[in-house]
Amino acid sequence: MPEAATSSAATLEAVQPATGETPVLECRNLCISYFTRAGEIPAVVDFNMKLMPGEAQGIVGESGCGKSTVALAIMQYMGKNGRVVGGEILFEGRDMRTMSEEELRQIRGSKIAMVYQEPMASLNPAMTIGDQLAEVPIFHESVSKDEALSRARKMLESVRLPDPDRILSSYPHQISGGQQQRVVIAMALLSNPKLLLLDEPTTALDVTVEAGIVELIKDIAAEFGTSMIYISHNLGLILETCDRITVMYSGEAVEVGSIKDVFDAMRHPYTRGLFASIPVPGADKNSHPLVSIPGQLPLPHQRPPGCNFGPRCDFFVKDRCDVGAIPMTEIGNGDHHASRCVRVDEIDWDSTIGAGDESEPTVPGDVVLKVDGMTKHYEIEKGALFFSGEKHTVKANEKLNFDAREAETVAIVGESGCGKSTFAKVLMGLETATEGSVAIGNVDLAEMPVDQRGPETISNLQMVFQNPFDTLNPSHTVGGQIARVIRKFGAETDEKKVKARVMELLDIVKLPRDFAKRRPRQLSGGQKQRVGIARAFAGNPSVVIADEPVSALDVSVQAAVTELLMDIQRENRTTLLFISHDLSVVRYLADRIVVMYLGQIMEQGTTDEIFSPPYHPYTEALLSAVPIADTHVKKRKVLLTGEIPSPSNPPKGCPFSTRCPYMIAGTCDTIPPPIVEFSHGHRIACHLPRDELAAMEPVIQIEKEPAHVA
Amino acid sequence: MLKLIGRRLVQMVLIILVASLLLFVIFDTPQFKKRLAVQELGGFAVSALSEADYQEWLASRGLDVPFYQRYVDWMGNILTGDFGFSYEKNTEVGPLLASRLANTGILALCVFALMIPISLTLGVLSGMREGSPLDRSITFISVFTTSIPEIATAIILTVVLALGLGWLPAKSAMIQGFDVKQLILPVLTLVIYDFGYVARMTRASMAEVMTSQYIRTAVLKGIPYRRVVMKHALRNALIAPFTVIVLQLNWLLSGVVVVEVFFEYDGFGKLLLEAALFPDVEVVQACTLAAVVVAVTSQIISDVGYTFLNPRIRFS
Repeated sequence: MPEAATSSAATLEAVQPATGETPVLECRNLCISYFTRAGEIPAVVDFNMKLMPGEAQGIVGESGCGKSTVALAIMQYMGKNGRVVGGEILFEGRDMRTMSEEELRQIRGSKIAMVYQEPMASLNPAMTIGDQLAEVPIFHESVSKDEALSRARKMLESVRLPDPDRILSSYPHQISGGQQQRVVIAMALLSNPKLLLLDEPTTALDVTVEAGIVELIKDIAAEFGTSMIYISHNLGLILETCDRITVMYSGEAVEVGSIKDVFDAMRHPYTRGLFASIPVPGADKNSHPLVSIPGQLPLPHQRPPGCNFGPRCDFFVKDRCDVGAIPMTEIGNGDHHASRCVRVDEIDWDSTIGAGDESEPTVPGDVVLKVDGMTKHYEIEKGALFFSGEKHTVKANEKLNFDAREAETVAIVGESGCGKSTFAKVLMGLETATEGSVAIGNVDLAEMPVDQRGPETISNLQMVFQNPFDTLNPSHTVGGQIARVIRKFGAETDEKKVKARVMELLDIVKLPRDFAKRRPRQLSGGQKQRVGIARAFAGNPSVVIADEPVSALDVSVQAAVTELLMDIQRENRTTLLFISHDLSVVRYLADRIVVMYLGQIMEQGTTDEIFSPPYHPYTEALLSAVPIADTHVKKRKVLLTGEIPSPSNPPKGCPFSTRCPYMIAGTCDTIPPPIVEFSHGHRIACHLPRDELAAMEPVIQIEKEPAHVA
Repeated sequence: MLKLIGRRLVQMVLIILVASLLLFVIFDTPQFKKRLAVQELGGFAVSALSEADYQEWLASRGLDVPFYQRYVDWMGNILTGDFGFSYEKNTEVGPLLASRLANTGILALCVFALMIPISLTLGVLSGMREGSPLDRSITFISVFTTSIPEIATAIILTVVLALGLGWLPAKSAMIQGFDVKQLILPVLTLVIYDFGYVARMTRASMAEVMTSQYIRTAVLKGIPYRRVVMKHALRNALIAPFTVIVLQLNWLLSGVVVVEVFFEYDGFGKLLLEAALFPDVEVVQACTLAAVVVAVTSQIISDVGYTFLNPRIRFS
């Protein structure tokens, strides 16, 4: 259902006649700087925003663009070295900069409330949730503690938390991440605020949990009429939640407008580049590759003169784009649609973005990796508080069966606790399997820890890690680290050849050769990940495991690193195991997909088979949960209730039975599901009858005509 | 929790066994025994000691029985409450150790009673607003006082308060029975030396908590700053210093040697030093035992307390 679209259109109309009203919040020419030893660093420059009652506005941008700074400036909480150096922040017409500490205190938490990125860190670990919630009414409305607690209880119910009494008396670490975020939202709503600031409220959560929170936030906005500022790096989430959007780049708003104007008729080269670099349905690694934005984000004190985006822009014109401050230009035909581009009227915005290089689909070869009945159980001691020898089994992986062919990309998809990382550990030899086999060629690796593997086996199976920041040794040069791998694997022994190979690898990952002498701290995140890739490919591996290789990187860098990985894989006919929670990326680059839930494979098949019916009910929910930044996409809503069960206490029968909307009582919760094979290789583990699975409607549909007609 | 305590107790027994065995082995070497004999019999040098005299001395001290047997006997005696005999002080070790431990205990109690409130208050005030003038002065003072060795503080205090102004007695031997006035100088010396350390630990912990995200949440919830500090920050900020404070107990026991000797205060540290210099073997062994017990006990208290203060551990 295009619910998101209709509801946002409805609120837009509701807002329009209200232009005579005072805006809830207005930022006028806001400039914020941080003062460090290096001097004044402008974090946000010339920021404008007008937020009407009941309106939801999104701020989107990559890390360091200043979006969180705006939120904290609205709260007047910028630490010791941050300060508003220019402009005004008007809350209901009053300038917040002139308010006293006491006035600010009375507004904070009662009229303006905030929801934070990391719910666990945002809650006091040493206070019960009840005490933390009760503080809000106690200090803003001077009610008694009992009254405050009963309001807190009611609010927990309205954020749909089960068993509110238990949660009130719990400490934050005793509840799950999704529940914690609901508590933070409840805390923010307790005093019925006029303005709700949401700073990446779902970034730390799993997709299916995120979908629930997003739904909750939308309902709240409708029910309480709260105005919202939603900060995110995820365009898809903004599309689902907001009426208007501000795109920020390097401390400036570069484009502002209604969702439909900015998503369908963008008027700034950066916005355009951003959309081209995210995998939306329709993008495809062979025929429709992603186009990354060249270059990288300038550091705040190294911004170029004129347009900050100039050095990365295709439409850059010397002596026009690099002189003076560039103002926002209103675009006549839109709904207060503006762009910070001097050439906004000259660029042909309908031209297709410089197409990426198309390539022939690769033909997979023989089976390289065969996983047969692989099972990994952990034994943990139960009840750490008493003398008891009782053992407890965590079923991290349960009877995994799949294989991967030469030159093929197999994606392993699942949320936290699904066992994808445990599988990678067994494969790499950091853990040994409890049962079953994992074979590469003729070598069974299941029970061979890494220190018993020969250099050949190790170099044949390499890994690209999730966090490029921690996986490079900070005290060694980049070249040294790559050379060490080459020597260790015995790929080359002669020093000259080793050096030559290092240079060659740097060329392959498209890093300048003089980077060999640099140390990791001199590199950006994307560059570090390129080094990580070079290191993994140093020994000509036949299988590479990439564990969320781009999830720590910014959107515009993600595309470049993804493309690079694909190119090298194509060149070397490497088998790539791509571990990810991000279905958009997976849809773009995988040939086959394995969907995991709580240590078991729920569904596997080719990418097309996974993305179209028949679905496993979990796959269906997962597909529906992923936010897609495309107004032409219609999604069928499948909302899951409840939390992901703990792998140490999985449900009997089907692991998904506790959250499955199709649950057959007496069957699903007691008997493990049978595997239903649809076509060769497309297997679903589910109790539902074959024809019921086959009759499912597609979740994602792309409309030919735009969803919004201007 | 019980498991933790049990594990620590087993640890304690192991440490006692190893430490006492080590001391026994060292004291059992012929060189050491001969030196001891010379000292007790009043000879001039080991070379002048006749074999017959030596054997006689060994027999009189019960040192002629085999090593392992003596060790087992010693252990058995301790279990029945007999800690041996001090040949230097000509008295039973048990009561001697008990009275000295009690004296040091009184000293430690006074030091704690003064130091904990001072250092925690200063640490919290200082960590609350990192970088403020108050923070800087407190940090300076605490680094300054901790940097001066106890002996120097002891001398300065004695010169000024006892010899110069004549307010307090210079020595704390307590010959005419217990006298609170005599306790003031040693306590002050120890507090001055130690409070800076605990204050800086508290400051670091408080400063870290104040920059945490849940403090931001509390401030942006609009509750008064006082309450943010008292209710949200304090409890979390005290977890780390608590461990440090309990471990000071251990330091006070063996670290007070200088102060006790300087002020002639008859405590555990002074006893240990005298016994070691003589050497009074049975006293040294008994003292070692006591030190190990105190060290492990303070470790247990700090572990249990930490668990109690930190709900994340308590309910996991």
